[in-house]
Amino acid sequence: MHPSSPRPVIEFRDVYYRVGSVQVLLGLNLQVQSGETLVLLGRSGSGKTTTLKLVNRLLSPTAGEVRVNGTPTAEADVIQLRRSIGWVIQEVGLFPHFTVERNIGLVPTIAGWPAPRIRARVEELLCLVGLSPDLATRFPHQLSGGQRQRVGVARALAADPEILLMDEPFGALDPLTRDELQREFLSLQKALHKTVVFVTHDLREALRLGTRIALMEAGRLITVLTPQEFLRSTDPWVAAYVRFLEMA
Amino acid sequence: MNVFRFIFHNHEQVLELTLEHLWLVGISTLFAVLIGLPLGIVIARRPRLNKLILGGANIIQTIPSLALFGFLLPMPWLGQRADRLAILALTLYALLPIIRNTYTGIRGVDPAVVEAGLGMGLTDSQLLLQVQLPLALSVILSGVRVALVISIGLATIAAAIGAGGLGEFIFRGLAMVDDRVILAGAIPAAVLALVADLGVGWIERRLQPR
Repeated sequence: MHPSSPRPVIEFRDVYYRVGSVQVLLGLNLQVQSGETLVLLGRSGSGKTTTLKLVNRLLSPTAGEVRVNGTPTAEADVIQLRRSIGWVIQEVGLFPHFTVERNIGLVPTIAGWPAPRIRARVEELLCLVGLSPDLATRFPHQLSGGQRQRVGVARALAADPEILLMDEPFGALDPLTRDELQREFLSLQKALHKTVVFVTHDLREALRLGTRIALMEAGRLITVLTPQEFLRSTDPWVAAYVRFLEMA
Repeated sequence: MNVFRFIFHNHEQVLELTLEHLWLVGISTLFAVLIGLPLGIVIARRPRLNKLILGGANIIQTIPSLALFGFLLPMPWLGQRADRLAILALTLYALLPIIRNTYTGIRGVDPAVVEAGLGMGLTDSQLLLQVQLPLALSVILSGVRVALVISIGLATIAAAIGAGGLGEFIFRGLAMVDDRVILAGAIPAAVLALVADLGVGWIERRLQPR
């Protein structure tokens, strides 16, 4: 991406984040362009999830600013901001006391959509993520891990947000289901062109899903590369990841 | 058995005192829920008030019941009628389990679920009403259950200040040194406690989130 490319959808400007005396993020500068899948890759504790939570203001930067569509998140109406951003986390995030239908329909419901429109939307989304509409009346504990994660994706897409934040969404799944969901994610993304920020510690997943990969280490952004560049890079951190991939 | 013959012969009075007992317990538990639930919610969201409020409720719990009834006796409007006093005292005792369980229940909701709700753009009150309270409900109800069982037992002491209830039989029996009379108060009170325990326990299990 060129510096002259259109205004980024998400922009981190010199962002620091600190908890007590622990610096979690140190001067992050990053731009996410419309329609791309930016993968945040890094080890546990490298600041990936923190970066993600700064976008929908589950966390606020200690210094610097995060802009979504040009507006600093600190100035935005936080409730509206969050409703305009889809948020997918590992399977634990579904509401255990709601049916699949209510889980998916929650944001449209609180946004005041009429009931028939919500029902139609839920059915549409279940098809979109490859689930049978019969599952609508089930509770999360009656679903398999893969089904729960699909419901999580459907829920995040419910109000048709421009941005999707995904925090290791496929991390807790078995390899076969993960592969299936990654494939579905790619075809979904081909159709929907959401602006996606995707957190993972799995290089394979990053290479497969990312338009660009942002490598993080100890609260710093090491580099941002396309998957092709990533495999050829001579940067020692990047090379370490790639070497490990070749070993495996 | 002698006791049951006694209860049978005096069944009208047993029934009347049982109803009185239920009234004292029911109304005081209702008050305790109306006060305790909001307090529990407040300290779940502002943990800073936690020590103050739970500590206060704890201290009340440590006051011997007979002493508490005695302390309250000289109060202006309350002191005029024994049942008002009894209801106040029982309400105070029922507060702790209700506040504590509301607090524990809300704090015990999976943080990932709460964060998911926040991340989806739920407002504070939507989060409370649609996520936290429904998921905490069975824990809150078990607090109400404990409060009810404690109150049913404690309410027998209300008879000492003339508030009525099944304690009438117990105190009368003690004065007359007559086991039958004591048991005519104690047995229905124990049955009430069991029924309340099982009844609320049943509702609790029905509402258990999975």
